[in-house]
Amino acid sequence: MNLSGKEIIIHDMSLRDGMHAKRHQITLDQMVAVASALDEAGVPMIEVTHGDGLAGASVNYGFPAHTDEEYLRAVRPHVKNAKISALLLPGIGTVPELEMAADCGVDTIRVATHCTEADVSEQHITKSRELGLDTVGFLMMSHMVGPEKLIEQAKLMEGYGANCIYVTDSAGYMLPEDVTVRLGAVRDALQPETELGFHGHHNLSLGVINSLAAVEAGANRIDGSAAGMGAGAGNTPLEVFVAVAERMGVETGVDLFKLMDVAEDLIVPMLDQPIRVDRDALTLGYAGVYSSFLLFAKRAQQRYGVSSRDVLVELGKRGMVGGQEDMIEDVAMEMAKAQGAN
Amino acid sequence: MNKINAALIGSGNIGTDLLYKALRSDWINPVWMVGIDEASEGLARARDLGLKTTHEGVDGLVPHMREDNIQICFDATSAYVHGENNRKVQAQGSIMIDLTPAAIGPFCVPPVNLKDHVGKRELNVNMVTCGGQATIPMVAAVSRVQLVAYGEIVATVSSRSAGPGTRKNIDEFTQTTSGAVEKVGGARKGKAIIILNPAEPPLMMRDTVHCITEGEPDQAAITESIEAMIKEVQKYVPGYRLKNGPVFDGNRVSVFMEVEGLGDYLPKYAGNLDIMTAAGLRTAEMFAEEIINGTLTLEAASA
Repeated sequence: MNLSGKEIIIHDMSLRDGMHAKRHQITLDQMVAVASALDEAGVPMIEVTHGDGLAGASVNYGFPAHTDEEYLRAVRPHVKNAKISALLLPGIGTVPELEMAADCGVDTIRVATHCTEADVSEQHITKSRELGLDTVGFLMMSHMVGPEKLIEQAKLMEGYGANCIYVTDSAGYMLPEDVTVRLGAVRDALQPETELGFHGHHNLSLGVINSLAAVEAGANRIDGSAAGMGAGAGNTPLEVFVAVAERMGVETGVDLFKLMDVAEDLIVPMLDQPIRVDRDALTLGYAGVYSSFLLFAKRAQQRYGVSSRDVLVELGKRGMVGGQEDMIEDVAMEMAKAQGAN
Repeated sequence: MNKINAALIGSGNIGTDLLYKALRSDWINPVWMVGIDEASEGLARARDLGLKTTHEGVDGLVPHMREDNIQICFDATSAYVHGENNRKVQAQGSIMIDLTPAAIGPFCVPPVNLKDHVGKRELNVNMVTCGGQATIPMVAAVSRVQLVAYGEIVATVSSRSAGPGTRKNIDEFTQTTSGAVEKVGGARKGKAIIILNPAEPPLMMRDTVHCITEGEPDQAAITESIEAMIKEVQKYVPGYRLKNGPVFDGNRVSVFMEVEGLGDYLPKYAGNLDIMTAAGLRTAEMFAEEIINGTLTLEAASA
């Protein structure tokens, strides 16, 4: 693989996807410390939102320690060079929350839909462009459809005004060739000036190699998290990816040693549990299940005495998509009833 | 028996499903179906079933409303055009049942507050959203027992049953539903989430309701209230079922509902259509009954 001379934009997820791993309990001080240190390390983009995006605060996904607005207003003045992004999932967040984020000084809005439902993003993409923000269309669970469908959905988002499209491996299920085929096809179909990004999860330990495959296929934005802090087995571990990119001659503009220090000195001490490919996280990647289901399935196991792995496999069989956390408890109750009946 | 003549505005999923139900009504006689696309499947079906149709929108209907004595209109278009549609049909002396999330008029969730609308001479009532119709009865079932500090609903519908209007204006769904969780459901603060799931074969509509009660929930009274409310909804949507719960976890009360439709237009998985159209029709029938027994007389609203 020859990627020498390619320039890419790194986007850190530890303060958004990492919120899943922290049950949305990151403190304002931690947010500010991590964001400032990432900025200092030259990471050009940092996402700050509830794990499920703006207005994700809920029984269904978890109530955060602070509101999106409190996090964004706390972090913004401490980040000098990096762009700050906020995530929004239509059906959860709405235009007023997007306007609030813009008022807090975010540079980028990423509008995320399931990979077949891009047409729910029109209101939010249109508004984000109207506000003059860098606007990303983010197609989640992209392993569930082939390249033709992804092209159709990516072009819808591009048509609404997104200047960048992400192909997102929310389940950490894709193999490198899945990435190559999907990103290559979408790259060819989009306008040349539209950017392309990839967001991976490390459930099969393929976050780094999949991100490289994405760069080879034409992606110029790559998501990852310092120390991998994210849902499931985490996101692509950013410091590892940057080290590999540097050895391959890919320009990221990130200071590798400073990034390593953020991961080791700030993120790791924050973790409630190690970010690793445990049995359940591996099941997510193996069965193609949304990564943020992980901790909910573990809680369902505790409450209902069913196997979290069995719950996750069943959710995969039923074709559950991102945001259906309510069905974890539902499936666990059904399995518990069935066990009781035996 | 006398029936009240009605027009269905909007020939998409909701309008077409409503058509089949209205044809079975003892109180409502559907006369017109209004669309904006000549090739729409809904209009073709309406023509086959003997209705008059126009593809010129409400403007194609208005000139005929007096001669056809249209006294009730259903709007199943979108929140953005509802205001204009409402003004035009009210000028012709018709009541408007709003099945868009526009919510100009008061919310109506039949088992909770239909009776409150009797005798009020309201000319426009809003049916909230499909997710609202499926969940607000459960919020109300809890809040009539005990104060609900926070009510949250998660409505999951199959992608196939969510039409272009819903998709283009998805914010109106969450905003209108969360407003009605408060105003009709009785929660002090409401929140609504909608999920579209593209699985094949399509999944049945699922609705999860989480309430946070003030103080520890009275489990026996809440369970009894929920069971009674489910029976009320089943009177017009027989496939409305408790799948799991109620779960009591600290002050959290959660119920997991499933809504199976009658399969009038889309197949049975699309319970979201049924719960909306059946609620709209039930509301219209109450007004029709008032008109027929003379307690409600209509006159043209000043435009």
